[in-house]
Amino acid sequence: MSRLRIGIDVGGTNTDAVVVDQDGNVLASTKAATTLDPSDGIAAALKAVIEGIDKSHIKQAMLGTTHPANAIIQRKDLQQVGVLRLAAPSSLAIRPGAAWPKDLHATVIGPSAIIKGGYEYDGSEISPLDEQAVRDFAQKCKGVVNAIAVSCAFAPANYEQELRAAAIIAEELGEDYAVSLSHQVGAIGLLERENATILNASLFGVAKRVVDGFQSALLSHGLKVDSYLTQNDGTLMTAEEAIRLPILTVGSGPTNSMRGACALAKLSDALVIDVGGTSADVGILIDGFPRESSAAVEVGGVRTNFRMPDLISIGLGGGTIVREEDGGVRVGPDSVGYRVVTEALITGGSTLTLSDISTKGGRLEGFGDASKVSGVKDATVTAALAWVDEQVQILCDRMKASRTSLPLIAVGGGSHLVPDNIPGVAGVIRPAHHSVANAFGAAIAEASGAVDRVYRYEAEGRDACLDDAKRLATEAAIRAGADIDHVRITSVVEVPMSYLPGQGCRVQVKAAGPLAIH
Amino acid sequence: MRELTLEDLDDMVLGATLLGAGGGGDPYIARLMVRQAMEDFGSVMIASPDELDPDGLVLTTAVIGAPTVISEKVPAGPEFVGCVNSLAAYLGKKPVAIMPIEVGGMNTLIPIAVAAEMGLPVIDADSMRRAFPQIEMTVFTLAGIPASPMSVADEKGNVVVFQTTTNQVAEKLARASVMQLGMANGISCYPMTVKQVREFGIQGSMSYCVDLGRKLSAVQRGEAGAYDAFLEFSGGQKYFSGKVIDIDRRTTEGFAKGTLVIEHLTDPTRTMRIEIQNELLMAFEDGKPVVTTPDLICILDHENAQPITTETLAFGQRVDVIGLPCAPEWHQEGMLELVGPKAFGYDVPYTPMEGARK
Repeated sequence: MSRLRIGIDVGGTNTDAVVVDQDGNVLASTKAATTLDPSDGIAAALKAVIEGIDKSHIKQAMLGTTHPANAIIQRKDLQQVGVLRLAAPSSLAIRPGAAWPKDLHATVIGPSAIIKGGYEYDGSEISPLDEQAVRDFAQKCKGVVNAIAVSCAFAPANYEQELRAAAIIAEELGEDYAVSLSHQVGAIGLLERENATILNASLFGVAKRVVDGFQSALLSHGLKVDSYLTQNDGTLMTAEEAIRLPILTVGSGPTNSMRGACALAKLSDALVIDVGGTSADVGILIDGFPRESSAAVEVGGVRTNFRMPDLISIGLGGGTIVREEDGGVRVGPDSVGYRVVTEALITGGSTLTLSDISTKGGRLEGFGDASKVSGVKDATVTAALAWVDEQVQILCDRMKASRTSLPLIAVGGGSHLVPDNIPGVAGVIRPAHHSVANAFGAAIAEASGAVDRVYRYEAEGRDACLDDAKRLATEAAIRAGADIDHVRITSVVEVPMSYLPGQGCRVQVKAAGPLAIH
Repeated sequence: MRELTLEDLDDMVLGATLLGAGGGGDPYIARLMVRQAMEDFGSVMIASPDELDPDGLVLTTAVIGAPTVISEKVPAGPEFVGCVNSLAAYLGKKPVAIMPIEVGGMNTLIPIAVAAEMGLPVIDADSMRRAFPQIEMTVFTLAGIPASPMSVADEKGNVVVFQTTTNQVAEKLARASVMQLGMANGISCYPMTVKQVREFGIQGSMSYCVDLGRKLSAVQRGEAGAYDAFLEFSGGQKYFSGKVIDIDRRTTEGFAKGTLVIEHLTDPTRTMRIEIQNELLMAFEDGKPVVTTPDLICILDHENAQPITTETLAFGQRVDVIGLPCAPEWHQEGMLELVGPKAFGYDVPYTPMEGARK
């Protein structure tokens, strides 16, 4: 009997859904419009995609969604949060919420305090946790805010104080009071992790509604299946976890798209370019996972440090406007965007776009009326396509991790613009079903675990430290549901600590594996 | 004296990142600290030495530690004010101004927060006008001014004050203390008079940093002629535009060492190699040195002219390599032994920037 999975991805424009069998074959796919209340779009896509499928074979359902990201960007449905930092006397020179956009600060940040607690780099305490201060803060939040975000210095290495603070808050305000703990949310970098933890707590309401909507849509079709949400790094968390950690889903869209594209092309190492109407994003997958960005990622104007795919975007898409100027052409950066279906020359409009250029240049066929571009000068087409080719090559070059040549997978509505031959790229692949790569990426997602902490190599030796980190990451992946027989280490990053003697090293390890079958 | 405005602060952060020459720590945290200090304690004045009592005491302050630890053990305030006050108490004299040791990287900004809290001006001078990894690598060492008495403090109230025989010993003792005090500490060293700052310091460093940042910011906004104006102001030159084709990192004894190879954008037969020890120290084209320490090597993003630090260098980045001449005060006897190529273990002669020095 085949075991089937449903993957759904809610994007800005479309809600896609696929049904995938255990060998990764797409049995059904659908594309519906994203609705004002995204739950409606989810229900509609679900209904369409399972039509004619034997529901008894469906065992799991995965959702990738932009709800939480949009809530932050639009400052909508966010709840106000109490902010508790365990670090004093360190960190007092920078208060929580420093450098937040004013409107978001006013919406989200309620009472805040920096109290005694936290750890040093070597694991000893900066101060013992001031338990009375935790109690006092909980009372201050009572009836004022419905959630508290707790962040402790060096929590990624030691989170005992965070757990203790959460227990005290539960004693004061009840077991059901919502608490967000930084060690579950982010990596090293206290201010960025605290920011992410605050945003996480502010999203609890949004997350609950999304998960409830998803699960009731499944139930209304009689689907009693395990339900999951996809995270920024392309791996899964259970729907129950997602209610507690919604911030970990805000970057899942591009990740699902890249992983989906790669899996559709049956590759594990490749460059991926997603060309839409307005912009092109390039990323790279190594061992099936997107390389993550080392730079700080901003969400809604707030600096965070969680795991996000390293993407480079430029203004290059099917709707990008092309202008003929003295002695050449200027391409973009502005675009007619999704209105390319009415405003491009080939669709009866009056704006020269890259879709017109692509049609005249022979790259795009079967879209609009090719006769409408007969008047476009060949020199303009040549110059514009040369610009496109150069930009695509530059993007691929910048994204590659080494001189090794990788294939490029082209997806998205504007991917016709991508040339077949690119210097430094080992072939361009245009997989079938690429228009639902996002939902496919959600459907094939795996469970994972991660570790990010500082080790002292001189004490135990480098190998022993790395082994310890790998063991912890593997255990975390298994706790997250990965199959113990198939879990593997997917990345190891060592960042030596500069400016000091000794061999302190920050070690980041990630493990992942397919979901265990129960 | 002139007031440091919030707008100056943005330019100063950009200038400080550039003068970090790839290192010096991310000024982001220090910038947040300065903003809060200005909010809580009011604005800060930048003073020229000529505007202060020549016999007045000037005390420096800086953060000393590992950037990774500082990102987690965020500054508190007392470690900086504490090391300054302890040194003042040891000397039995109150300071009239605060001075940065290092105008380059995050240590450009920390003294401003301290000055705001203490209600003192920041003196418009320093001892490096770039980032260097060790305490003795200053023009004050060249002038024979001792780094000690010197203090190191943590945020809890632990302070050590040292009296040392050489600035090299001062460096060793400071590092050893920092290892025991949580790796994110305040340091105050090179106590001196305003007159000594005037005579031996690098003059106008803070103003230079703000102006340099302002010129670079114009480049980033794409203003016509801004690149030339930036290079003319700094006496700098663009040496190379290329793509990173190799980055090799290793760590030994607290130095993040590495070698970077860049291939020319239009002529692939040309390559530039840059040697890194926390900062970018040596640039070679086809094996020949073109910019060497203490002159500054700065890497800018080819597209948006943002300075790139050594931690974020990556394969495939398209970059411009800029050389900036070091502060003229460096050019005196003993410079090469202290901060020239040989001081960092490179058996290569110092190569003055061609045509750059007027």
